[in-house]
Amino acid sequence: MSQAFPGAHGAPVTGHVPVLRLGEVLLVTLQGDLHDSTAQQLQEDLAETIVHSGATGVVIDVSGVEIVDSFLGRILAEIAGQTGLLAARTVLVGMRPAVAITLVELGLTLPGVHTALSTEVAMELLRQQAPSSRFGGLRQERL
Amino acid sequence: MPEQAESTAGSPTLEIKDFLRRRREQIAQRWADEPLFRAVFTVSRDEAVEAGKAVVDALAQVADAARLEDPDAAGFTEVREQLARMGTARSRAGLSTAQVSGELAALRPPVENLLLADLPDAPAEHTRACVTALSVLMGTLRVVVMQTALSEGQALIDRQRLQLLEVATPVIKLWDGIVAVPLIGTLDSARSQVVMETLLESIVEQQARYAILDITGVPTVDSLVAQHLMKTVAAARLMGAECIVSGIRPAIAQTMVHLGLDLGTVVTRASLADALGYVLHQLGVGIVTPGANGTGTSGAVAR
Repeated sequence: MSQAFPGAHGAPVTGHVPVLRLGEVLLVTLQGDLHDSTAQQLQEDLAETIVHSGATGVVIDVSGVEIVDSFLGRILAEIAGQTGLLAARTVLVGMRPAVAITLVELGLTLPGVHTALSTEVAMELLRQQAPSSRFGGLRQERL
Repeated sequence: MPEQAESTAGSPTLEIKDFLRRRREQIAQRWADEPLFRAVFTVSRDEAVEAGKAVVDALAQVADAARLEDPDAAGFTEVREQLARMGTARSRAGLSTAQVSGELAALRPPVENLLLADLPDAPAEHTRACVTALSVLMGTLRVVVMQTALSEGQALIDRQRLQLLEVATPVIKLWDGIVAVPLIGTLDSARSQVVMETLLESIVEQQARYAILDITGVPTVDSLVAQHLMKTVAAARLMGAECIVSGIRPAIAQTMVHLGLDLGTVVTRASLADALGYVLHQLGVGIVTPGANGTGTSGAVAR
């Protein structure tokens, strides 16, 4: 990994991914290729921000991501898991068809992660369902 | 009238080349009477003669390059299309491959007769060598035609397979935010891949929150088909759409239970109508029957 020149290859690949706070919801937008270290950093940041802010939902916009490898797939699943432990829910937004196919072929169907087509739908989803939630359906997928 | 061959001592290949160039007109004339040319070029005899000349030229060029046994020789390139047309025209007329091959074989004797007439004084051994070389050349021509005809057929099959893939997987918009894919025919890996791709694309395009996979037209469901369905459902879910599998016939339901296939948490319904009803209910859309005093909702099916 070339840590020396962040962003030397076009997209900014190293450093922090900003976590925006919109009321009770945290919004994270992923862009371009994500370094493994950046993804791990994001995982830590999110856990801390949720604890500090008392957020009840996390929206991760992955519409700008063209390549998801098994590592990032696992990180996303772990983020969902830890967010769940902190009584918040994760919604993955705007995944591209190619990325979805790749993840399924890799066997990473991300059970326990909620998904939505757009940020708007995701916010609506989080608003509708209180943390106590009748959203049992998707939880059951965790086998 | 035939002039005597001047260089009887030349190598058989060169001899053949010279002979082909010299007798071009006559060979083409005789070929034009053969069933192969006669049946393909029905408009005029001149056309057949021209086509024959082109083939003779090609053969001479191949002989010139001394590549009698090579079907890929440069000389054949120019006539390949014409030969393919002749081959396919004959197959389309209902001839089997063997019959076309037989007609091609029939092109040899007239040329051979001309060759023998050209070499009356040559030593027997030389004559034999020339005839053998000619046979080899004509054999190669046969290979070229058959090869081209076969690759034509293969191209046709490939094209049709592609068309079938496109035709068989339309994605239909049923309502705002609801798309459906009526699957018809056997689901193999290639087809399920296409289905998955087109479905996911249209989910993005239509911003569809629900997708219905209707398998009424799928004759059998085995573990592989079930796996493909599960994959499609999982991919759609990752994008934020819920998939409903509908059109499971009684016999298929039984088979799936017998095979121990588990569709997991996938929502299933018996018919497309049931699936649509379920989705409309989920979206909070009801269908009002005009006669029923305005308020009766009949479309929403209880879960």
